[in-house]
Amino acid sequence: MTKSHRPPTFFVLGTLTCLLAVTILFAATFGAVQLRPDDIVRMTLNHLVGAGFTPTWRPQDEAIFFSIRLPRVAGAALVGAALATAGVLFQGLLRNPLADPYALGVSGGAALGGALGFLLSISFSVAGFSPVPVLAFFGALAAMSLVYGLAQSGGRAPVVTLLLAGFAVSAIMGYAVSFLLIVNDRLQLNLPRVYGWLLGGIAVTQWSQLGLAVLMVSVAVGAGWLLRHSLDALSLGEESAQELGVAVESDKRLVILLGSLLTGAAVALGGLIGFVGLFAPHVTRLVIGPRHGLLLPAAALVGAAFLVLADLLARAILAPTEIPVGILTALVGGPFFLWLLRRERREYRL
Amino acid sequence: MTPRLELRHIEARYASGGAPVLQDVTLEAHAGEVVALIGPNGSGKSTVLRVAGGVLRPSSGQAAIEGSDLAKLAVKERARRLAVVPQEAPVPSGLFVREMVALGRTPYARLLLGPTAHDRQAVERALSVVGIDNLADRRVDELSGGERQRVILARALAQEPRLLLLDEPTANLDLHHQVAMLELVRGLSREQGLAVLAAVHDLQLAALYCDRMILLSQGRVVCQGSPETVLTPPLLLETFGQRVVLSAHPTHGVPLVALVPNGNARRLTPT
Repeated sequence: MTKSHRPPTFFVLGTLTCLLAVTILFAATFGAVQLRPDDIVRMTLNHLVGAGFTPTWRPQDEAIFFSIRLPRVAGAALVGAALATAGVLFQGLLRNPLADPYALGVSGGAALGGALGFLLSISFSVAGFSPVPVLAFFGALAAMSLVYGLAQSGGRAPVVTLLLAGFAVSAIMGYAVSFLLIVNDRLQLNLPRVYGWLLGGIAVTQWSQLGLAVLMVSVAVGAGWLLRHSLDALSLGEESAQELGVAVESDKRLVILLGSLLTGAAVALGGLIGFVGLFAPHVTRLVIGPRHGLLLPAAALVGAAFLVLADLLARAILAPTEIPVGILTALVGGPFFLWLLRRERREYRL
Repeated sequence: MTPRLELRHIEARYASGGAPVLQDVTLEAHAGEVVALIGPNGSGKSTVLRVAGGVLRPSSGQAAIEGSDLAKLAVKERARRLAVVPQEAPVPSGLFVREMVALGRTPYARLLLGPTAHDRQAVERALSVVGIDNLADRRVDELSGGERQRVILARALAQEPRLLLLDEPTANLDLHHQVAMLELVRGLSREQGLAVLAAVHDLQLAALYCDRMILLSQGRVVCQGSPETVLTPPLLLETFGQRVVLSAHPTHGVPLVALVPNGNARRLTPT
């Protein structure tokens, strides 16, 4: 017999926030120039609340921390939070344990958009974003709208049709990218960069990029949390959710819209980072239970901390060479996820 | 008095342009009564429940809950007035019984704030009325079929409905749990004035626990009234294609339906 004593909300979120803060601090110290964690804390306090600590650090350390290190680490946290939240939303909506942020065609759409960004000789900048991330963002949104449009008929979009349409659209667009890679010289010359981008890597260089992404991600996470009751009820199946007073089809559209904004923002900041959006929701659900009121913010924090850590490893393992972070999310996250799944002896379902 | 549920000349189809599954179905369910929907497989019992529950829009006719048109009622308001106990539904893993029952408060949930004191009371009351206080801290996926059915009933009661719709509430239950389930439902209807409409397969149980019966065949209401008026051998032969003889229940006097089998059945008495 198991007691229904869930850990209290403030305890879970407090612990995870501390964990994330420590991870960020730790990750921010590492780089070509090593920074001391206590210096970082003092710099930040000086900056935030005017604490007035006398600098024991060099002025360039402060510049490195605020203009290079922090945007990078904050970017990783943001991407992790966005992917984990999108994963929770899609797993809840599709009631499928294999659903991840890319389930509804996003990976193909973003890859195609990104590839076009490499291929076309255009240059523009939106809030500090170059053509590749901008086109990837819109590719993601376009793919998801296409999938929803294909799956719905008569105002209803059945879950299985959504999944299958997502799979097909993703495959078509993915292979279109492969085709472009083969026939286009310009892409071939850039192959390592294209491939690295497809595997994912946090590419934040300016605070303006983060500003826009923070806005998008926090609005979407907040709006997703407002849908927590619908997502809980949907775990009983669509018909039961309807009988519990959930407007199933309109909430479905909302979830898809929020999920695509989150995934699009993540893709623009970090390319196609796999696995975080699949496993952060599962790990969190295994530990704290399936209720979305707590699951959504907790999974966002877990995803953020995990990706900060993965990004740190990506920078550190073969320094000064950077490994695409997508490789590490799978190599580090995968075994941990499997261990947790084996430890949970009862059958795990959504 | 306004009936809790009123269906008038309902016609329903699953695909527009498809063959009607229900035709000219008119029925009522009042406060404090248990009404059984009986009929052979495919006669439209579940469809009547789907129309009454507002999940399936009728292609013509009117459906009303306490006098308000079901089609015009907001989904949340509808879920506050009527609750459904489905025959089978996915059971989410990792959920505790109390959390599952608390999902019945979904139509009352507030956008920003957590559950109210009244929400918590409603959940505890539903747990104790159904007699599963002792299961509250167990996981739903660890329970037996009979226990799970009670959890779903408790969830429906946590909605504080005025009308309860049950789809085969005793399917998959053993003898004792079948009786216990219907005892509970009829008790609720008596004590709290709940109106209950239930699709029931077992005519014997229906005769013992339902105040009225509605016999459906091929999507139409063939006959409705007290179990004594509906359960007649000619009607049952006509609708189910099965010969029966009736006697009286030895202790309760209600109709006892005995099947008249064909040649391959066992026989102890001479013809």
